[in-house]
Amino acid sequence: MRQVIHIFNKEFKDYFISPIAYIVISVFLIVTGWLFFSTFFLYNQVSLRNFFSLLPLIFSFVIPAITMRLFSEEINIGSYEILLTMPVTFKDVIFGKLLAGIAMVVSMLLPTFTYAITVAFLGELDWGPIIGGYFGAILMGAAFTSIGLFASSLTRNQIIAFIIGMAICFSLTLLDKMLFLFPGSILGVIGYIGADFHFQNISKGIIDTRDIIYFISVMVISLYGAQLAMQEKN
Amino acid sequence: MIHVENLTKYYNEFCAVDQINLHIRKGEILGLLGPNGAGKTTTLRMLTGFFLPTSGNIHVKNYSIREHSLEIKKLIGYLPESAPLYHNMLVYDYLDYVANIRGLTPDQKIARLKKLAALCGLNNIMHKPISELSKGLKQRVGIAHAMMSDPEILVLDEPTSGLDPNQIVEIREIIRQIGKEKTIVLSTHILSEAEAACDRVVIINQGKIVADGSTESLRQTGNREYDIRLSLLNANIDHVQKQLMAIDGISGISPSVSDDSTVLNLTLACKSDDDIRSTIYQKIKETDWILIDFHQEGKSLENIFRELTKEN
Repeated sequence: MRQVIHIFNKEFKDYFISPIAYIVISVFLIVTGWLFFSTFFLYNQVSLRNFFSLLPLIFSFVIPAITMRLFSEEINIGSYEILLTMPVTFKDVIFGKLLAGIAMVVSMLLPTFTYAITVAFLGELDWGPIIGGYFGAILMGAAFTSIGLFASSLTRNQIIAFIIGMAICFSLTLLDKMLFLFPGSILGVIGYIGADFHFQNISKGIIDTRDIIYFISVMVISLYGAQLAMQEKN
Repeated sequence: MIHVENLTKYYNEFCAVDQINLHIRKGEILGLLGPNGAGKTTTLRMLTGFFLPTSGNIHVKNYSIREHSLEIKKLIGYLPESAPLYHNMLVYDYLDYVANIRGLTPDQKIARLKKLAALCGLNNIMHKPISELSKGLKQRVGIAHAMMSDPEILVLDEPTSGLDPNQIVEIREIIRQIGKEKTIVLSTHILSEAEAACDRVVIINQGKIVADGSTESLRQTGNREYDIRLSLLNANIDHVQKQLMAIDGISGISPSVSDDSTVLNLTLACKSDDDIRSTIYQKIKETDWILIDFHQEGKSLENIFRELTKEN
């Protein structure tokens, strides 16, 4: 556990030493801020529902950009050898990196809390869905971070890692909007695989164990995939 | 201290390391020598727990690499080839991170960082990003990294590759300093380096050990071919050649005269199982030449290396 914290510290600090953190956070805030507030007054509703419904799509692009370097860079410069020959296990490494990615997602979401405060001035805001929304956003962020880690473990090229990660996250997000393409008998299953479906449930303020289990399953499968991919390289 | 038993590693079909057995004693400086692709790095990576062998085992002290790789990693400090450190970190931040992972307490950490900075000459570069360092400096940071926890065993993969002669001397000096109290395993394909730094040399070729011993004992293996160098005063080239060629075992003489043409230097190529130095000395005593230098040069390590590692 101690090692996880040291690796987390290093990876999280790295985001802020390089320009990545600042670029990603700015892009995220500009895009969500614009898309949310440009239609906010048309709806004339005091809620962040539209903001949360944007998140799955935006996360699909932004989170792979955060996670793309986590393994690719290590493989590329060879520092993975240094890391793994210090007294750490692979679990320490992957959890350290996962937590750093999640912490980055959280620091990206933190400024958006001002949206909620701004909106609260305009009318009576129901805080239940807001808390559910942020909880769901962090869960989904964690799941996408795991997918990004998996993509990053596949290649030494960060751009390829980004594209693979984005492709997987994007497919999961859009899956339940493409249901008309599938035969009726498997609709239920396909619908269940879609990330958006589960996220929207939570962001309405409904905390259902099925949705939590879904995101945790995505994390477990992705992290296991990453472990296999890294082992395969040795 | 380190026992390597039937160590084998396959990369898919390719056999990189083939049934290596090796016993490394405490306090030894062992040089792993071999041409490129001989399996040196693969062996070291298995020793340091980066990956597991396909078959065979390594024991360090009483720990097996298969079951206790974490304990072994604590005992070993490792510098991979060309020191692949994190580019974007400052030297201080990097060493601090390593110290944390190695489990040093804050008090120990500062003392250790000071000591390593002095030993490896890092005092002036602590605040620089690693990406801005020259190769030699990076290598020194890498050595500091490997020594962070004061490990009993130090494994260095080609510690001087790609450095200029001054840097090579510096790094060797550091290795010698450390080697006084630690067990060191280093790999290299530079023979003079193995000769300068190591107590014992193991030559690997195509994944197999082809020679094992001190540089002295390696010289004595193989064909008995060696050179004897002589320097004579008051001697005439033709006369000398005629006299010496009569000795059995001398297969060639290459003379050269010093600039002021007083000293005659000779290199005698010898091929004999017996020591013919006494015969040569007797011969010289019979004449009125003045002998000012007389020594045998061992077979060069280069030749032994080429002989042992040439493609069959």
